[in-house]
Amino acid sequence: MRIDDPWYDSLSMGGSRPGCAPPPGPVRPPGVRTGPVRTGTREAYLTVQSSAAFREVRGRYRSFVWPAGAAFLLWYLAYVALAVSAPGLMAGEVAGVLNVAMVAGLAQFAATFLLTWWYARHARLRRDRLAFELRWRTQDAVRSARTAAREGAR
Amino acid sequence: MSGGDQSLILVLFGAVGVATLAITRWAGGGRRVGGGRRGSSEEFFAGGRLFSPLENGFAIAGDHMSAASFLGVSGLVALYGYDGMLYAVGFLAAWVVVLFFVAEPLRNCGRFTLADVAAARLRERPVRIALGTSSVTVSVLYLVAQLVGAGSVVALLLGDPGGAAYTWTVLGVGALMVCYVACGGMRATTWIQIVKAVLLVGGALGLSVLVLLRFGGDLTDLLTSAAEHSGHGAHFLAPGLQYGHSGWAARLDVVSLGLALVLGTAGLPHILARFSTVPTARAARRSVVWSTVLIGGFYLMALVLGTGAAALVGTEAVRRSSPAGNTAVPLLSFELGGGAGSTGGAVLFALVAAVVFATILAVVAGVTLAASAAVAHDLYESSGRRRRQGKAARRQTLQDGTDRRDCGQEAEGGQGSRSEVAVARRAALAVGALAVGVSLPARELNVAFLVGLAFAVAASAHLPVLLFTLFRRRFTTRGAVWAVYGGLLSSMALVALSPVVSGAPRALFPGLDFVCFPLENPGIVSIPFGFLCGWLGTSREHPDEGRYAETEVRSLTGAGAV
Repeated sequence: MRIDDPWYDSLSMGGSRPGCAPPPGPVRPPGVRTGPVRTGTREAYLTVQSSAAFREVRGRYRSFVWPAGAAFLLWYLAYVALAVSAPGLMAGEVAGVLNVAMVAGLAQFAATFLLTWWYARHARLRRDRLAFELRWRTQDAVRSARTAAREGAR
Repeated sequence: MSGGDQSLILVLFGAVGVATLAITRWAGGGRRVGGGRRGSSEEFFAGGRLFSPLENGFAIAGDHMSAASFLGVSGLVALYGYDGMLYAVGFLAAWVVVLFFVAEPLRNCGRFTLADVAAARLRERPVRIALGTSSVTVSVLYLVAQLVGAGSVVALLLGDPGGAAYTWTVLGVGALMVCYVACGGMRATTWIQIVKAVLLVGGALGLSVLVLLRFGGDLTDLLTSAAEHSGHGAHFLAPGLQYGHSGWAARLDVVSLGLALVLGTAGLPHILARFSTVPTARAARRSVVWSTVLIGGFYLMALVLGTGAAALVGTEAVRRSSPAGNTAVPLLSFELGGGAGSTGGAVLFALVAAVVFATILAVVAGVTLAASAAVAHDLYESSGRRRRQGKAARRQTLQDGTDRRDCGQEAEGGQGSRSEVAVARRAALAVGALAVGVSLPARELNVAFLVGLAFAVAASAHLPVLLFTLFRRRFTTRGAVWAVYGGLLSSMALVALSPVVSGAPRALFPGLDFVCFPLENPGIVSIPFGFLCGWLGTSREHPDEGRYAETEVRSLTGAGAV
């Protein structure tokens, strides 16, 4: 379960200490809440945000979750609305004891399982690698921005 | 029920209690693999963040599947047939929303609570106070519903619906949940939820197999037999039995509750807290996949059990035992074990009762932990924490005769983290005491609406803030504060003006009548209202582009995630 997940390796570098800066960064005074935009890192994040690679990851994520999520919600609401407003239609026979309502309900279960599987597959194949590379690039950029800001202050 | 059966149930309850306390002791004082130091916030609120996706998937399922869904959904199916399925579908469909929009960004941007995500982008203090307040409200509502339900169900299982069993159950469950949280933190709570999920899914699977064996694996036979014994015939298998004879308000109420269920799960603090226990966003995603499989399978089995109860016990017998249908599954297990007077029936009944007890304990522990995190990490942190900490440091200095401030930032950080955990422990006690105090006199009241209300508040106050923070560039602090208070207050006000509070025979105040809102669940109005508040509050201020860039980059890449 843990071996095939490349992100587990990155964990050992940090996350264990409360109130600490992100793994590669310098030690931030713990307990004191500095704002999330620390000196010099603002531009680093803005640069990553406008980079083509990040826009690609964001586009892939959003163009999957918004249409699929909206369609699923609509389909769920249509199902509930039909069940309460048109019981006659829902009681229509399909095959044997199976009626329209049962087929629709089981289809909800099936749609949930299918979308879960599809999302996980989409994320694994289309997003994970790009996002993982961006993560390191961002952390490098943020660290050098901080170093530069510290030296500038000296 | 004979005295022997009762004592068997009590022995099993005792075993569950002892086992969970042993888990708490083991998890609270045992190994520390790579996780945080003992007593650190990381350890207390996130269990060291090293749970595997499979473990967390089981724990999420354990957090989500309450006794209300096990007994309640099956009971509704046994009483009203198809209508029970609407709830099962709503509870399950919610996980698509959690998986798509919440799980991964939350793991990447948050530390412990929901407010961490919003506070990273917006002004910290107002956002934390607003989200902390609404998180505590949601948790207490949910906790009271669970405790009252637990008391009634256990009293029914012990065959003592009017006696002292209710009081002792509420007190006992309250004491145990505070003990798990205060002594074991997230690590103990997680392991209790994992054990409970295994017991619950295993129990449901075993009973479903027994039901199917009874009908020779023939689902058609099961369904026709259920329709026959329900006294409703073919209507039992189609929607409309529960609300078919009522007006449009009752039907709209079902839609409102459905909306609250499907959107509310993604805003429940105790569900969101579960994503902080895994190391990465990818692990968070995989734990949701696991939990969806478990929860989906579980609800399919709950449908089989409800149908089986209608077929084998009969709808009338279930209704006589409990008007809400909560005893359908216990009665079914009695019947499957061999029926009245048999040892098998009594043993199976007692085992189901023990699983229900474990379920209750695990759910309330998770909710209590989430409430204590909201108090300590959000509310206490934002309300003069630094002043109090300074005072504490000065007191330490006087006592020790040394200046602690010279020890550097490391010691100060440790102290801050430890004081946060100390506050959380006391908050768990306070929240537990409050919930028990409200639940004890609420015994005769109809509090079933509270679960729906908790989901509605979560969907109207928390989900807009989460989605706007993550996806809307122009979102601002004022929008967040408006969305939280707008969603929270509108849900509470609409419920106060609804028939569950006054003007109906089963209302909290049956003598009064100030009903203006016809629905029992406010979701269909308050959820759009919460989103609207967040959107309107936003439009005048200028957002901070840099901070949004940071949130967006972190939420999608995991850069700088703790």
